[in-house]
Amino acid sequence: MTQLALVIDLNVCVGCHACVTSCKQWNTSGAAGSLMDDNPYDKDPTGTFFNRVQTYEVGEFPNTETIHFPKSCLHCEDPPCVPVCPTGASYKRKEDGIVLVDYDKCIGCNYCSWACPYGAREIDEKQKVMKKCTLCVDRIYDESLPETERKPACVLACPTSARLFGDVHDPESEVSRAICESGGYPLMPEWGTQPANHYLPRRKTKIRFHKDELMRADNPLKKDGRLPKTDPDAPFLDDSVSW
Amino acid sequence: MHPAFSVIFLTTLIGAGQGLFLALITAETFSHMGALAPQEYRFYSTGSLLSLGLLVAGLVASFFHLGHPERAWRSAAMWRTSWLSREVIALPAFMGLVFIYGLLHYLEWNPKVFGTTALPETNLTLMVGIIGIVLCFTLFICTGMIYACLKFLQEWHTPLTPINYTLLGMSSGFTLATAFATQYSQEMTDLFGTWAIILTLAALLTRTASLLRNKGIKHRSTLRTAIGVHHSNIRQQSQGSMGGSFNTREYFHGMSTVFFKSIQWIFLLLVFPLPLLLLGMGLSNDTTALLVLAFAVQYVGLIAERWFFFAQANHPQNLYYQTI
Ligand code: SF4
Ligand code: SF4
Repeated sequence: MTQLALVIDLNVCVGCHACVTSCKQWNTSGAAGSLMDDNPYDKDPTGTFFNRVQTYEVGEFPNTETIHFPKSCLHCEDPPCVPVCPTGASYKRKEDGIVLVDYDKCIGCNYCSWACPYGAREIDEKQKVMKKCTLCVDRIYDESLPETERKPACVLACPTSARLFGDVHDPESEVSRAICESGGYPLMPEWGTQPANHYLPRRKTKIRFHKDELMRADNPLKKDGRLPKTDPDAPFLDDSVSW
Repeated sequence: MHPAFSVIFLTTLIGAGQGLFLALITAETFSHMGALAPQEYRFYSTGSLLSLGLLVAGLVASFFHLGHPERAWRSAAMWRTSWLSREVIALPAFMGLVFIYGLLHYLEWNPKVFGTTALPETNLTLMVGIIGIVLCFTLFICTGMIYACLKFLQEWHTPLTPINYTLLGMSSGFTLATAFATQYSQEMTDLFGTWAIILTLAALLTRTASLLRNKGIKHRSTLRTAIGVHHSNIRQQSQGSMGGSFNTREYFHGMSTVFFKSIQWIFLLLVFPLPLLLLGMGLSNDTTALLVLAFAVQYVGLIAERWFFFAQANHPQNLYYQTI
């Protein structure tokens, strides 16, 4: 079984909101009609977004760390939002695990949004139906697009490649490897929703050098006294090729 | 959670309607058993009409909650998994039954259905009424479970939620029945009045129990599990929008703590001691006005109670929306 998902690397996310804007652009232009925007250039702007980037500060000054935290529907493997929907408008696709809303069936009762612990669902206050991330289902299977572009808009937009997309049930996939190798974790595991999306934690990148690693004491060339000694003034190959 | 008035009116109105219907059946059963003098048909048909009126008003209120009321019929589809869907089925079914019950009484068409030596004699209206009781309790349970089944809304996720919905609805309905019965018989007014007092006291017990339970509730989700960073000092700096969003409007009651806290005391006063006092006074003086007032005061109190019920629930998504 396939379970498509995003893996978001908090270690490299710089909080630029490129995923937010590209998501909004793609999903407001699709067949489902526009995503609501109210007062976009005025006081109290508001609107429907599938994806938001939040910022958290961890620790106490001066030892703080800023964490940019992109947040969207996690396409839970056991989604609590689906069984509560009275109309069946909310469903989870068997073939790829994407959780979707059928906008033609939704009555806009908000019940599913109450049942999502992550606040991932937002009602479109103009169309009066529930909306949420679709993993760009209208793009990832589109054969008219070049294969490299058959990915969610946010993944393509991310300048730091903080967003990976793939099948988390395939142990060989890029996302599964990333989860496994970098300690990927789900959000709010206490509710048993088994989110498909995972987050990669902040990592300290440290390399420890020992002096003898910089200048190897046991350098065989040095031992034999055969270290190449070049004349600093003599022309060498780089002069002609490095410009 | 943000208390929506459509849902507040839906739940309080149908609760009163259901309670009133149960009161009618109580009277019919009692008079069937000979414990009460039989009533004229008007008592039952007018009572059913009143109950039906409350149910219809509740249903109408619920439509204001929907973004697409014209598609409401679709919501009966998922009854296997969704309590909301079950309620959507149970409510019209119960309404239909109340209508039939009232109509049978109005037409005074009440043949004997069965009666043997083993089983007590049963009339058609009583049969219909008994089915009505089942549907009525089903509806109470569905309404309560809509909230109680959401496990991460920990304030709601308790058997006390459906119990409170049931007892509060019944006490409101029986109080109304008491006022209503003054037009017919003293005996019945006393019967309903006694039940109204018992039910109000029972509801006081269970509602207080849920208030005490929720007072010291420990939320399982924290900012740490929400973003998966294991540090004791995490602060939100931005939530990804500056003008608010659905997430900031739907899940917060948006009132001051003082207002929120005072609503609790207001409803505790209006739902329990005041109606009890008015019921007691009305029953002893035999004054209809006091009994009507008891129902009205309690109903206003129940609106406050429902507001508080919603406002008190703390959704885990709020962890993501602490600062703009
Ligand atoms: S994140 Fe929320 S909306 Fe998305 S599948 Fe999970 S419960 Fe449903
Ligand atoms: S808002 Fe729409 S998708 Fe959500 S529970 Fe109601 S009908 Fe289902």
